[in-house]
Amino acid sequence: MSAKDDIVICRCEDVTHGEIAGAVDSGLRSVEEIKRVLRCGMGPCQGRTCSRLIARIIAERTGSPVSEISFPTVRPPSRPVEIGTLAGKRHEKNR
Amino acid sequence: MRRTADCVIVGGGVVGCAIAYYLARLGIRNTVVLERRFLASGGTGRCGGGIRQQWSTEENARLAMRSVRAFEDLSEELGADIEFLQGGYLVLAYTDEDVQQFTKNVVLQRSLGLEVQELTPDEARRDVVPMLNVEGVRMATYCAKDGSANPFLTTKAYADAARRLGVEIELYTPVTRILSDGPRITGVETQRGTVSAPIVVNAAGSYSVPLARTLGVELPITPYRREILVTEPLERFFDPMIISFSFGIYFRQAKHGSVIGGFADPEEPGGFNETSSLDFLVTMSKKLVHLIPALHSVKVVRQWAGMYDLTPDARPLLGPTDGFEGFYQASGFSGHGFMIAPEVAKLVAQHIAGREPDIDIGPLNARRFAEGKVKAERSVV
Repeated sequence: MSAKDDIVICRCEDVTHGEIAGAVDSGLRSVEEIKRVLRCGMGPCQGRTCSRLIARIIAERTGSPVSEISFPTVRPPSRPVEIGTLAGKRHEKNR
Repeated sequence: MRRTADCVIVGGGVVGCAIAYYLARLGIRNTVVLERRFLASGGTGRCGGGIRQQWSTEENARLAMRSVRAFEDLSEELGADIEFLQGGYLVLAYTDEDVQQFTKNVVLQRSLGLEVQELTPDEARRDVVPMLNVEGVRMATYCAKDGSANPFLTTKAYADAARRLGVEIELYTPVTRILSDGPRITGVETQRGTVSAPIVVNAAGSYSVPLARTLGVELPITPYRREILVTEPLERFFDPMIISFSFGIYFRQAKHGSVIGGFADPEEPGGFNETSSLDFLVTMSKKLVHLIPALHSVKVVRQWAGMYDLTPDARPLLGPTDGFEGFYQASGFSGHGFMIAPEVAKLVAQHIAGREPDIDIGPLNARRFAEGKVKAERSVV
């Protein structure tokens, strides 16, 4: 246990420092792998807030420089978009 | 990294990790799994996570039914929650051809002991998905014991359980060549050196094609891009995976609450491609809002793509390779590898370990194409 354990790192998915540190200690070495296990970076902000913080936690615990930690692929859309907007005003049948 | 092993498995997806686990359970523990990136970074980690038993061929239905029985106990057996949820599958028929095929499918499925219901469109809405727009739907079939699981957590659970039994899993280790001495397999060459082994299992999804080619073997597999999207999480409002072959869609609400789904674009050309397209985002949104108009104001947060490793009959390639000793295939899953992985991996492991497999995998050998014994699976989305 450390004083940092309860600090929320991913605010969209409520993932804490303690959970991420645990994932790194279990052998996960990239932001992408940790994202797939803990969901951090899968919420509305798509990791814009937490990815760098996660990379720093990996760096701290493994001794690798942050520049060598690999980041997840950036996926579209760049911000959440309503399905109705994407479908267009007339939801013509797509058959 | 071990330099010699009894068995090398190429591919750290659900199939490769599950084969390693079942082999270890059968006593073959000196196995090395080699993965070019990280666990489930290929097809497994990109798939929709559905687990369906409603198939058109007896073979697929049996494999899927036995896999569901395995999935039911898997979290406990492997000691990790894989988020298995039996929310059912609702399959929608829109055309005469659908209705004829579904009627046949239900007879076959029931003869195998699967509990599947035929529903009118009104029953589908009343009893299964109240928010569903059934306009144009002719009938539906529903199996409550179909469901879904989390592909990444499932792969990790198999990998961790295999490691506990002595299996070594090496990530970020691309295999560049399979080594042989005449017809006898001798190991693999990787970017981190060679591993000697008398048995190599090719479980590399679409990448199994270039890998087999290093031995001069041409696998009848073509990669096809398939796209998928996920929305923001919502309070649970439907349980089943909803699919239609003729309308072209599959989608479900994940345990976490987000709606996740995609469709296969019939115009998609074959080839290695994992990029996302705007066309997919627009067409998928139209399909979703047509079937569930209430999704209109729900936001898409992410889209991605993966590849189906499609064979000419949409059935996997399993077992030994003609002309070689010790070269096994476990690929060509054609978009439904995750859901049949537990049973298929067990059968391949039994075969490799010299046991009599519970089900004969002979009909799924790649030689079926040379022999002309091909019965295509029709229920592919």
